[in-house]
Amino acid sequence: MISSIIFSVLILTTAVIFIVRIRQINANINLGRDIDLSDRPSERWKTMARVALGQSKMVARPFAGIMHIFIYVGFILINLEVLEILIDGVFGTHRIFYQFLGSDTYHTFIGFFELLAFLVLFACVAFLVRRNVGRLKRFSGTEMTAWPKSDANIILIVESLLMIAVLTMNAADSVLFALPDATVMTAGLSHYTGIEFDGWFWFSGYLTGMLPNDPTTLFYIERACWWFHIVGIFGFLIYIPYSKHFHIFLAFPNTYYSKLEPAGELTNLESVKKEVELMMDPNQDPFAAPAADAIPAEPQRFGAKDVTDLSWKNLMDAYSCTECGRCTSECPANQTGKLLSPRKIMMDTRDRAEELGAHKRKNGAEADDGKSLLGDYITKEELWACTTCNACTDACPVNINPLNIIVDLRRFLVMEESAAPNELNTMFTNIENNGAPWQFAMADRANWRDE
Amino acid sequence: MAAAGESPEVLFWVGCMGSFDDRAKKITKAFAKLLNRANVKFAVLGTEESCSGDPAKRSGNEFLFQMQAFANIQVLNAYEVKRIVTACPHCFNTLKNEYPELGGNYEVIHHTQFINTLFKEGRLTVEGGSFKGKRITFHDPCYLGRANDVYEAPREVLQKLDAELVEMKRCKQRGLCCGAGGAQMFKEAEKGDKEVNVERTEDVIESKADIVAAGCPFCNTMMTDGVKHFNKEDEISVKDIAELIAEAADL
Repeated sequence: MISSIIFSVLILTTAVIFIVRIRQINANINLGRDIDLSDRPSERWKTMARVALGQSKMVARPFAGIMHIFIYVGFILINLEVLEILIDGVFGTHRIFYQFLGSDTYHTFIGFFELLAFLVLFACVAFLVRRNVGRLKRFSGTEMTAWPKSDANIILIVESLLMIAVLTMNAADSVLFALPDATVMTAGLSHYTGIEFDGWFWFSGYLTGMLPNDPTTLFYIERACWWFHIVGIFGFLIYIPYSKHFHIFLAFPNTYYSKLEPAGELTNLESVKKEVELMMDPNQDPFAAPAADAIPAEPQRFGAKDVTDLSWKNLMDAYSCTECGRCTSECPANQTGKLLSPRKIMMDTRDRAEELGAHKRKNGAEADDGKSLLGDYITKEELWACTTCNACTDACPVNINPLNIIVDLRRFLVMEESAAPNELNTMFTNIENNGAPWQFAMADRANWRDE
Repeated sequence: MAAAGESPEVLFWVGCMGSFDDRAKKITKAFAKLLNRANVKFAVLGTEESCSGDPAKRSGNEFLFQMQAFANIQVLNAYEVKRIVTACPHCFNTLKNEYPELGGNYEVIHHTQFINTLFKEGRLTVEGGSFKGKRITFHDPCYLGRANDVYEAPREVLQKLDAELVEMKRCKQRGLCCGAGGAQMFKEAEKGDKEVNVERTEDVIESKADIVAAGCPFCNTMMTDGVKHFNKEDEISVKDIAELIAEAADL
């Protein structure tokens, strides 16, 4: 009875903390400009099904891809077993699904989850070894400071411990079930009678040999693992939205809102379009006063200086990033030792959205902390190293687009600050004057025909 | 041509590299010869063509890009252009994807796709004999491949050469950039420990190819410089697909 109350309070507390944090992230993402991505829903669902649900881009790297699928499938399906644990916790029952499924089916049901748990454990250990012993280049780099590294290890260790707890719990339980009912009853554990199996569970069976035969000790082992597992899950749920592990939720909406246009297509800035049309229209009166009833539009920057100039999709991208570094390892600039790292662009964007969001929650929606994404987080040198080759966008398993942010920041540098590198300014001048990026005369354009 | 009331089958958009760069002009001429051989009635804008605006747009100068687009679209629409073929993937991408929203709607084709169609329609034939025994590798231009998902047309064209086609370890979707895109062509690279084209040329050397087939004048320059960096210009030549086909067709 008391444990049911404690359990219910834990569920509610977890839910409240989780929802408060999700609302914060939602507000932070909405610091971005509004853009309309409601078009082509069927194409979007398909992209999401293929990329997020179907993990199609993960397997581009087979080892990591398959290990990730173990964890992903395990994580989703094991929720069925968690459902049993939740029901048991709230109503004070024990292995409630046994009543519905019967001995044989329940044995297979739990056996299947043990298989998943084993695969998850295997993959987590493999990932831990690869990360900490394997010295993979993409797990280092300037942006991989202490926190991102510990974050990754915390996730893998917690997931491993949760799986070990489940397996140990099952092992202790099955030894208890196998003891004569009278012995168990004498120990005052009537809960653990009435459940019978042929043999051990598929995987935890191998652990039973290590366990004692004393019902009370078994009971404490089983309960300890049960509570550790479920409280661990609650804790993990609270942890996830502060961590790169948040990708398990955002991967789905983020792939739904993927860019559907060809990767090479950049948007045509609407604000610039208006200016160019005005400039090119001979019927325009350059000194015309705005119409009296015109709603004065809020002046928008050309390009982006801070997260508020980026779109909400750019910021959703940032919160979806799990810092795997595939973008950076495919980036030609990064491979040749330049400062640019697409992963850093995404992490900086997320960290800046976090910082600005927290500042606004504290000091009001209009508050400005005097910092910006460009300058305080991302330097010009990083931005100018990009070849816009789309290797990063192609490599990302959840269709994050770092290039979009890079180009928007460049637009700010060029159009608001005239801060392009000198050679590019020369190129601009040449295009303006000669219609070509070099200093050649327009009249010589067709000379190749006579050479 | 327009003055004579004729309309061409296709407009050949030459691009700035193809018009002014001495190396790229050879690609332009090779492609023009192929068009003539296949009896394609084509037109060029000549002195009325202007930069598509790609390098301006990609370096963030949206104003300049849209000014260029505006001017080009006026010319193209005035000539009632419907189909455009270009040997530059940057012009290809810009005209195909970014002009429509600004009022320029054309069917835009990359020259490797166009040559491939000419072969398929039987309008162009070549004897691949002169390349027998050579190893050719195709370097995917970012703005043709990843940017627009064109991977097969250039490879199908190269099949006509009767040579041995080899892939670099990084190819198609994972092909490494030559280092020129995003306006890098016009500036020095940022500080690093290597040039991108040198990194890419290492892939070429590893593939043991005799010829690097390019489909982009920018890549062509970068790869040629990369091969020179390793003093391998006697062993490895860098040629555009149009040049290789023109050579095989004895043009």
